[in-house]
Amino acid sequence: MGLNRRKLFKVSAIAGGGLMLQLSLPNALAEEGKPLVASKDLNFYVQIASDGQITIFAPNPEMGQGVKTALPMIIAEEMGAKWEDVVVVQAPIDSSKFGMQGSGGSMTIPRNFDAMRKMGASAREMLIGAASLLLEVERKELEARESQVIHSSGRSMTFGQLATVAAQQPVPDPEVLEFKDPRSYTIIGTSVAGVDNLVVATGLTEFGIDVDVPGMMYASYTRCPRRGGIAKSFNEREIKRLPGVTDAFILEPDDRAGKSSFAFMDGLGVLRGGVAVVGDNTWAVFNAKNKLKVKWDESPASQDSWPEMVEQAKQIAAKGGGDVKLPGKTVDAELSNAKNRVQESFYEFPYVAHICMEPMNCTADYKKGKSGEPDTLEVWLGSQFPELAKEAGVNMFGLKPENIKVNGLRMGGGFGRRALHDFSAEAISISHRIGKPVKLTWTRTDDIHNDFFRVGGFENMKAAIDTNGKLAAWDQHYIGFGNNGKPVIGSGLRGNEFSMVALDNARVTQTLMEVDTSCGAWRAPGSNTNAFVEQSFIHELAELAERDHAEFLIELMGSRRWFEEGKISSLNTGRAIDVIKLAVEKSGYGKKKLPKGTGLGLAFYFCHAAHVAEVAEVSVDANNNYRVKNVTVAVDVGPIVNMSGAISQIQGSIVDGLSTMAMQKITMKNGEIEQDNFNNYPVMRIASTPSIDVHFIQSDNQPTGLGEPALPPLAPAVTNAIFAATGKRIRSMPLSEAGFTLV
Amino acid sequence: MSKYTLQVNGETHEVDADPQMPLLWVIRDKLKMTGTKFGCGIAQCGACTVHVNGAPMRSCVLPVSAVSGPVTTIEGLSNGNELHPLQTAWIEHDVPQCGYCQSGQIMSAAALLASNKKPSDADIDQAMAGNFCRCGTYVRIRAAVHTAASFYNADTNAKKGA
Ligand code: FES
Ligand code: FES
Repeated sequence: MGLNRRKLFKVSAIAGGGLMLQLSLPNALAEEGKPLVASKDLNFYVQIASDGQITIFAPNPEMGQGVKTALPMIIAEEMGAKWEDVVVVQAPIDSSKFGMQGSGGSMTIPRNFDAMRKMGASAREMLIGAASLLLEVERKELEARESQVIHSSGRSMTFGQLATVAAQQPVPDPEVLEFKDPRSYTIIGTSVAGVDNLVVATGLTEFGIDVDVPGMMYASYTRCPRRGGIAKSFNEREIKRLPGVTDAFILEPDDRAGKSSFAFMDGLGVLRGGVAVVGDNTWAVFNAKNKLKVKWDESPASQDSWPEMVEQAKQIAAKGGGDVKLPGKTVDAELSNAKNRVQESFYEFPYVAHICMEPMNCTADYKKGKSGEPDTLEVWLGSQFPELAKEAGVNMFGLKPENIKVNGLRMGGGFGRRALHDFSAEAISISHRIGKPVKLTWTRTDDIHNDFFRVGGFENMKAAIDTNGKLAAWDQHYIGFGNNGKPVIGSGLRGNEFSMVALDNARVTQTLMEVDTSCGAWRAPGSNTNAFVEQSFIHELAELAERDHAEFLIELMGSRRWFEEGKISSLNTGRAIDVIKLAVEKSGYGKKKLPKGTGLGLAFYFCHAAHVAEVAEVSVDANNNYRVKNVTVAVDVGPIVNMSGAISQIQGSIVDGLSTMAMQKITMKNGEIEQDNFNNYPVMRIASTPSIDVHFIQSDNQPTGLGEPALPPLAPAVTNAIFAATGKRIRSMPLSEAGFTLV
Repeated sequence: MSKYTLQVNGETHEVDADPQMPLLWVIRDKLKMTGTKFGCGIAQCGACTVHVNGAPMRSCVLPVSAVSGPVTTIEGLSNGNELHPLQTAWIEHDVPQCGYCQSGQIMSAAALLASNKKPSDADIDQAMAGNFCRCGTYVRIRAAVHTAASFYNADTNAKKGA
C-alpha cells in the first residue's frame, strides 16, 4: 500500500474536551474489483464527549439494509464501548472525507469490516494510552470494555474521563493494530435494533420525499409512454390555467446527464424528453399531469414487444448461441447416446420492476451566480450513490463539483433502482429553468413506466443422465438481452456460475437479443433469474435419474474445493455442501411425513460471496392455489455483525422473492410498458407470508452482506416443492401466469 | 379553492384547498406533516393510512371536502411522550427496514387494536391486507401486533387481579 502510514490518522480535541479521531484507510477490499464501489480511501469519525457519549458517524446511505446500525456496531465493538453509550449520526455526503459513500452489491459490510475494526481499535489504543498515563500503570495491564478502561487491580476510568487526554495520544500505526478475539465480542453477533426505529415508528424520519426547502416549488414530469419519444408540443394554455399550476414547459432530451464516472451506470441515467409542470403543491402538479395532452415525436421511440421476444427466443432456443465456456469433449455424444436419458426444457423469466415503496424524487436548488460568481447547486435526495448526483450538474450545466452540495437522505427502498440519477437530472433541469428550488416527485406510474427493469430472458436446458443415474452432459443456452451487442445489466451468465466452473462435460452458450427498454440492477442481478432455471433443472434431472434431489445436488458439487482459492466471489463447494446439508437437516427434508398435496423443495445458490440453501414447504390444492408454509434457510456469509439485521434481510429476501415469482411481470407493447400501478402490478400481502427459519454457519468466510443472496434460491425451492406436491413442473415466472395462485 | 377546517391530532387547522385535493396532500404539503406517506395514490398500498373518526382511511383517495371528522396521523398516535404500545413493539421487534411503509402499517394496526384487543392471525391478515411492505417485514409486523396486544391484555389481567 503506497500510503504514508504515519499520516493516516488525524486527531483533534473537540469542543468541550474530547476525542475526535479521523481515520483514513485504503478500501479494504479494493482488489476484489467489484464494479459498484470505486476504489478510494475511506475516512470515518468517532467522537467521545467528556460526559461519556460516543458519537459514531455512519458513512453509507441507509435504504433499509441496516448499514447505519451495522457499521457503527463494528467500531463500537473494537473500541470496547457499551452500545447504550453510542449515538449514531449519518455522515454528511463528502467524498473528500468519507470516500465513496455508496450502498450496493451487498458489499458495504465486506468492504468496510476491517476498516471499521481498525477505526475502533485505534480509538481503543488511544484511550488505553491515556489511562496508562493517568493511572500510572503499564498499558498491558489495561483493558477496554463497557466504555471504561479497567486496570487489573480493578481501578478504572470511563471513556468520558479519558477523552481529552486520549485525544493527545499518538495515533497507532493501523498496520500493527491488534483486533479483539471474536470470542470476546459483546456487540458483534448480537441483535441490535435499528438506530432509527424510534423516528420511523413515530413518523418523524425524513426521506427524500419529505424535504421542504424555503421557497420550494413542486413539480411533476411526464415522459413519452413509448420510451425514447420526444415532446413536441402540449396543451400549454389549458395546463397553465389549472389551480395551483405556475408553469409548464418542455425539456429536451439530454444524453449528457447519463454520463457517469461509474462504468456500470454510464449512459443509463439520461434526461428523457418530456413535459414539466410546476406548481404550489404536489397534487396540483399530479392533477395537471393527468390532463396533459402531448404531441410526441415517436420516430426514435422503442418498438420493444414482449410477445415478439418470446417468439424469437423460442425459435432460436434449440440452435444454441455463442460459447461462453469451452465445451466439454463428449457433450454431443452423450446427448445422442441412446442408452442415456435426456431432458430438454425451455425456461422463461419476465422483466420486473423495482417499485421502491418511496417513489423516485429529488429536490434541487440551482442558483445562477450573481455578478461573475459561479453558478451553484444544492440537491436533496435518497440515493444509493448520492454524490453522483453532482455528475448531472457538471455534465449538463458545466458546474464545478465544488459548487454543488448534495444532501443524502434515508431511502424508502433502493434495490438497485436508486443507484441511477435520471430523476436527479430532471429535478436539476427544472430548477435551472425556473430559477427556484423545486421538489420533483414521481407518480407510481412514472416509477413503473420509467424503471430500469430486472431484465427478462430465457434458457434452453438440455442434459443427459447415464445408466448409473449420473450427469453425463449438460447443454445450456442462455437467451438474454443486449444493447448494441453488449449485455444489459443482469443479463447473461456470470463467469463464476455453478455450471461454468463446476461442470466438466458441459456446453454453455449465450445469445443476446437487442432491446431498447432500459434495464438495471435489481436485487441480486442475474442470479435472481438464473438460480430459478439452474436449480429447477437440476431437480428435473434428479427426478429423471430417479435419485434423491439433495444427494444428486451434492454429488454435482464434487469434492470440497474452492474454484479460486481465498477469493470470496468464488464458489466454494465445501461451503455449498455444508449449507445444503444444514437446510436438509433443519427442514426435515426426506424425513418429515407430509400430508397429501404438500411437498418440500430444495435449492442452492452462490452469489454475492454467500452460499445459501433453502427448503420450501408448500401445499397445493386441487385448483392450483398454493401456500408456502415455511422456508428453511441455511446461510454461510461468515461472521454475522447484527443478528437482528441479518435475519431481517433474509426474511425480506424471502418475501420479495415470493412476491416477485408469484405475481409480478412487466410487459411492453410497441415500446410502451403495459403496467401502471399496484392494481395491475401487484405485491404480496401479509396473509401469504410463510414462517421463515434461518440458520447460519458462521464460518471464517470474510463477512459479507445479506441484502441480496437469500433471494435467488427461493423461486426454485418453491417450484420444486410444487412439483413434489403435485408432479407439475413450472418453467416460467410469474406463477400466476402458469395458473398457480399464491394464497 | 375553498376553506376547510380540519381537526388533525387534536389541533384545528384552517386550510385553503381545492375540494378535490386528497387529504394526503393537504397533510403533507399544506400542514407540512410528512409522517403520512405517498405510495400509489389509488388506495392499493396503504402508505397513506390515517384515522378519520377513528377508522383507517387511505388519505390518498379521500378528497379534503369529504373529511367528516377528526383526523389522526402517525405523529398524533402517541400520547404526548408516551409511545403507543404498537410503536414500542415496532422498536423492540426491530420491524422497520427502509421504514417507508411503517407509518401506514402502524396506523392500520392501531385501528385493529382499538376494536380488537386480542387479534388472531386471521384478524391481522384481514386488517393489514390494505398495506403492503416492499421490504417484506411481514413476519415482524405480525409478531409486533401480537406483542402490542399483550400490553393491553396484561393491563386487563392486572386490573382483574386487583
Ligand atoms: S398512497 Fe394511498 S394507498 Fe397507496
Ligand atoms: S419497511 Fe420498507 S416498505 Fe416496509
